[in-house]
Amino acid sequence: MTATARDTVLGRIRDALALAPAPAPATTVPRAYRTGRTLPDAERLALLTDRLTDYKAQVHTCTRERTAEVIAGVLRERGAHRVGVPAQLDERWLDAYDGEVLTDSGDIPAPALGELDGVVTASAVSCAETGTIFLDGSPDQGRRALSLVPDLHVCVVDLSSVVVGVPEAVARLVPERPTTLISGPSATSDIELERVEGVHGPRTLAVVIRTDA
Amino acid sequence: MSTFLGMPATPPRSPYGTGNLRGERTFPQAAHDELRNEQLRRNLGRATHTIRAKRIAVTGELPDWEELRDAGAAIKTDTMNRLPELLERLERKVTERGGTVHWARDGVEANEIVTRLVRATGSSDVIKVKSMATQETGLNEHLESAGITPYETDLAELIVQLAHDRPSHILVPAIHRNRDEIRQIFLDHIPGVDPGLDNVPAHLAAAARAYLREKFMTTRVAVSGANFGIAETGTLSVVESEGNGRMCLTLPDTLITVMGIEKVLPRYQDLEVFLQLLPRSSTGERMNPYTSMWTGVTPGDGPQDFHLVLLDNGRTAALADRIGREALDCIRCSACLNVCPVYERAGGHAYGSTYPGPIGAVLTPQLAGMHAAKDDPNSSLPYASSLCGACFDACPVKIDIPSLLVELRHQNTEQAGTTAEKLAMKAAATVMRNPKLYTAVQKAASLSRAVGVGGRDRTISRLPAPLDGWSDSRDTAAPPTRSFRSWLASAEGAATMRAAAEEGARRTADDRTGGERTADNRTADDWTSGDRTADNRTGGERTDAERTDGDRTADDLTEGDHQEGQ
Amino acid sequence: MRIGLFATCLGDTLFPEAVKSTAVLLARLGHDVVFPPGQTCCGQMHVNTGYQREPVPLVRNFAEQFGDASIDAVVMPSGSCAGSVRHQHEIVAERYGDAALRAQVATVKAKTYELSELLVDVLGVTEVGAHFPHRVTYHPTCHSLRMLRVGDKPLRLLRAVEAIDLVELPEADACCGFGGTFAVKNADTSTAMLQDKMRNVLSTGAEMCTAGDSSCLMHIGGGLSRIRSGTRTLHLAQILGSTRTAPFALTEAAR
Repeated sequence: MTATARDTVLGRIRDALALAPAPAPATTVPRAYRTGRTLPDAERLALLTDRLTDYKAQVHTCTRERTAEVIAGVLRERGAHRVGVPAQLDERWLDAYDGEVLTDSGDIPAPALGELDGVVTASAVSCAETGTIFLDGSPDQGRRALSLVPDLHVCVVDLSSVVVGVPEAVARLVPERPTTLISGPSATSDIELERVEGVHGPRTLAVVIRTDA
Repeated sequence: MSTFLGMPATPPRSPYGTGNLRGERTFPQAAHDELRNEQLRRNLGRATHTIRAKRIAVTGELPDWEELRDAGAAIKTDTMNRLPELLERLERKVTERGGTVHWARDGVEANEIVTRLVRATGSSDVIKVKSMATQETGLNEHLESAGITPYETDLAELIVQLAHDRPSHILVPAIHRNRDEIRQIFLDHIPGVDPGLDNVPAHLAAAARAYLREKFMTTRVAVSGANFGIAETGTLSVVESEGNGRMCLTLPDTLITVMGIEKVLPRYQDLEVFLQLLPRSSTGERMNPYTSMWTGVTPGDGPQDFHLVLLDNGRTAALADRIGREALDCIRCSACLNVCPVYERAGGHAYGSTYPGPIGAVLTPQLAGMHAAKDDPNSSLPYASSLCGACFDACPVKIDIPSLLVELRHQNTEQAGTTAEKLAMKAAATVMRNPKLYTAVQKAASLSRAVGVGGRDRTISRLPAPLDGWSDSRDTAAPPTRSFRSWLASAEGAATMRAAAEEGARRTADDRTGGERTADNRTADDWTSGDRTADNRTGGERTDAERTDGDRTADDLTEGDHQEGQ
Repeated sequence: MRIGLFATCLGDTLFPEAVKSTAVLLARLGHDVVFPPGQTCCGQMHVNTGYQREPVPLVRNFAEQFGDASIDAVVMPSGSCAGSVRHQHEIVAERYGDAALRAQVATVKAKTYELSELLVDVLGVTEVGAHFPHRVTYHPTCHSLRMLRVGDKPLRLLRAVEAIDLVELPEADACCGFGGTFAVKNADTSTAMLQDKMRNVLSTGAEMCTAGDSSCLMHIGGGLSRIRSGTRTLHLAQILGSTRTAPFALTEAAR
């Protein structure tokens, strides 16, 4: 049955293309848009910060050695007493945090994730021009549910992983990895097209940009 | 291997009477009622103007926006040209990565596949990410008839579902509702909602969050659509804002994705184009809050049972149309809806289809057919446009919607057989192909003025059907007593033109600085001597004009024309 | 330059003043204006309504009337008719014409202009010596704006008119709702669009709303007349054709 549908649909497509052949046999895609852009660190940082802030993410910048201090400050400020972390997050990042840290080994059921006050993860790539952070499920970022269900997401971004535009970011991705693009906290424009932050995903996104990493 | 057994057959449309690709009334009938809904007009006006401004701002800030559009259009053209190989590759890649691919010839078959897959999990509930494809096939109704409860999780889809309403917009299905109406829907339909809920959008969103939280945590099956499917890698993508997509794509054990066959893209790299085009055109954001990309099954992360249903449902019929197939390039951004003056007034329901607005007016008839001779409401859709062209300008993949509308109108008139309109058009063409007949009709029109049409204020306020819709709100000027050509051939016209030419000659002489220009004062002669070539006979008629009245000269002119033309 | 004037069926029959002004203006600028008398209609209404076989003779006639190599440019005081000649004639010729027609159509298309394009792009003038002491707002009709891409050429011409009080039209680029047979087939929606256009026109306090297309002006003007607004419509050519010595005179009913 399914095989028949497959053959039928593919046969129809071939018929359609025979009935209405393309005017030109091969289409070359013009890629005259901007790719391979670079900007100095300070400009990438300023652009990313501007875009993250524009979409209501909290932005903190720090050096590597102050990572733990800043993360602890963010968690304290948000009143987060219990946070989840992916299995291979740099454990020193939570050295200054005095709350409970739960390491996810992939077995915490979703409702239990919902009881966490927050989650701290690393990130794979970020795009400055759009204020987008890419998570790719690496061991320091964890499975997708971990950074989704808790209401606070503290995400560490190393400035060296920040690229200028979307093409530069896509070029750095590994297609087979489950990838999530995050641009600010969850939002909706479904009511009168007015943007409201905070629906199902984390209602607070705090980004810690490490300028020397 | 693709070898044809005989002639290629025209692929079928979506089966008549299935899914949500056909309204019950024609567009003008439905619009007539929708236009009376003042609330709807205000909601739509406000929403579309808001989104237009945002889109203009974020597309304007990219200096390479046009280059991105060119690339997007070319990638789509390339995709359609290579559709069989791309789909086969997508299938292979998804399968290699642990997914299962199903093919559905039409919406009915897609619904059956999804229902069977849900049943196999033993779940009686599914959570749904907003999906145009499953809206098109009427999946929810089908699931319900099979005893399975679908929960829409997109805020707008939830509003529509709770109110037993229909979506009216591709991106914002509840755009026709304002905050007060949404508050009331929530109060009426969400179990256990706070009775003190106010109309603040953030509070309404919070109410939806609280309601759906438990569904996300406990439902074991999700159904989604897909914005893109990458043939090269087998990667699928959903672009969203609220996080409901992430919830559905991540938390359940089983994920069933229904994707139209035209949504495939050749390369992973192509995402660099569409991830710029789509959010900026759609919500007017530089990037939407969340985009999920997954490739088959990832152990330990997300659903471990993944099914991809590839849907035809009339898409191959559209593909078989040399011109119309361009509509398949659509990435469902809804920019064309947001800029369309017709959509803005009539609203999405008037189109009667899952796909409203300009793109709906070209896509719906192609997916489901027009059946013009049977008064199919779909045959009214290509006419639901003033051809103003705003949609073409806004389209991120440069679909020439006005030209497609004109093409579908042509197909409709070709299908419709002999109609009163066609006879009138033939008659008009017969008059206009014949300059002599044409001037005679013009003269009759001018005479109507002489016999009193239009009255003293020269205004016609009432016209007979089918022009009564026009005259209900517009006056029409009675034809002037003299057409341009009869004026031109008259003594007055000739004198006026002669004077203008003389002024032109003086001007030219004044302008002349080194004699490099030719003697343009010859223009004055053109209007007086009548000795020019065949296409300048007006001057030659001047003497006739001088001895006759203006109306006579029109005839003289035409006759002269014919003599010279023999 | 030797310029072939296409009056358009609507202009010739119902709005001759706009065509007269076009002819006079071009002659006054020193150009050789010719009016091929066998001209009738470009067939736009047919094509836009879905009829492509019927207008073949009209397309052919247009190409024959204006194909003469002695005509350097073809002008018409209508953005939508120019759009039809430039974008639709080849569609009709391709589908229902012969090779000869396709060649003729391509030749004529290449030298066809709407009035503001001809003036600014071809003749290189923006200051045409006009004088028009009235408050005016400009509606950039859809086909001029989005099919022909005339851009701000009409506004540049208007800004150069002496004594004019040119006021910006809010939401100027929105369609007035005419759309040819659209206004008849979808009269309710068309009327809703017209109402918004009229509201914007009236908000400017202009005495006149101008545009480069008599068909849109017929629509807007018909609405303004019905509500007895006191504001009228006037073709761009009539403003550009007004001078101190030959000022604009009200010769048509106020619409």
